[in-house]
Amino acid sequence: MSSNKIIELLLPSAVCIQLVAEDSKHVIETLSGELFKAGYVYESFAHAALERESHMPTGLPLGGKYNAAIPHTDIEHVIKPALALATLRKPVNFQNMIEPESSVPVQLVIVMALEQAKTQVEMLQEIAGLLQDAAIIEKLMNAKEIPQVFEAFS
Amino acid sequence: MAQPKRILVACGTAIATSTVVAKSIEEEMKKRGIPVVTRQCKATEVKGLEHGYDLIVTTTPLPKDLEVPVIQTLAFLTGIGKEDVLNQIQKALE
Repeated sequence: MSSNKIIELLLPSAVCIQLVAEDSKHVIETLSGELFKAGYVYESFAHAALERESHMPTGLPLGGKYNAAIPHTDIEHVIKPALALATLRKPVNFQNMIEPESSVPVQLVIVMALEQAKTQVEMLQEIAGLLQDAAIIEKLMNAKEIPQVFEAFS
Repeated sequence: MAQPKRILVACGTAIATSTVVAKSIEEEMKKRGIPVVTRQCKATEVKGLEHGYDLIVTTTPLPKDLEVPVIQTLAFLTGIGKEDVLNQIQKALE
């Protein structure tokens, strides 16, 4: 599956490969920080995403080798739409979206900075499509450099 | 022609996951010959909106005291068990 919308919105400076992270907070702060530095979100985004994650978690068990999380927050913290992505050297725990009392060891994190726009639907569907495609996930997790991340989507 | 069934689709912020879920349900139910209309809302809004809907589909936990049947699923995001959930939705609408 070609994922043009993901490629279009994924910010190269906000792609972190084999990130060594202590916990989910660390990952969200790192990716939000990159989006902020590049001018895509307000400084409030990181705090808002963490706050949302604490009561509406986004960990997604994918039933394969790797699990994912898709942290995001309300639109008022977003300047323009972008995606940030991290692959993690070691999994960190996110709480399960559907069952917040249980945790999911996550190694792929995609932070979605979304504004309310019809075009977002396409992008979100592509992310859902990506999460359902074990071959793309495998390519992403094996990426050693940023261009390989983009290749995985093309 | 039967009235379309009304499904309330809930997630955390009503912009992200519920968009994907609502679109998938509409497409898949159309394939099965069941016309549906969906409305997206935040999980916190469900309690005030549930009346007038035949079914609630959610990706996040909802209050337990709802009067409308609830299906909680991540299948439209992860693909796991999607057919089962579609069958459940179809059954709940019949």
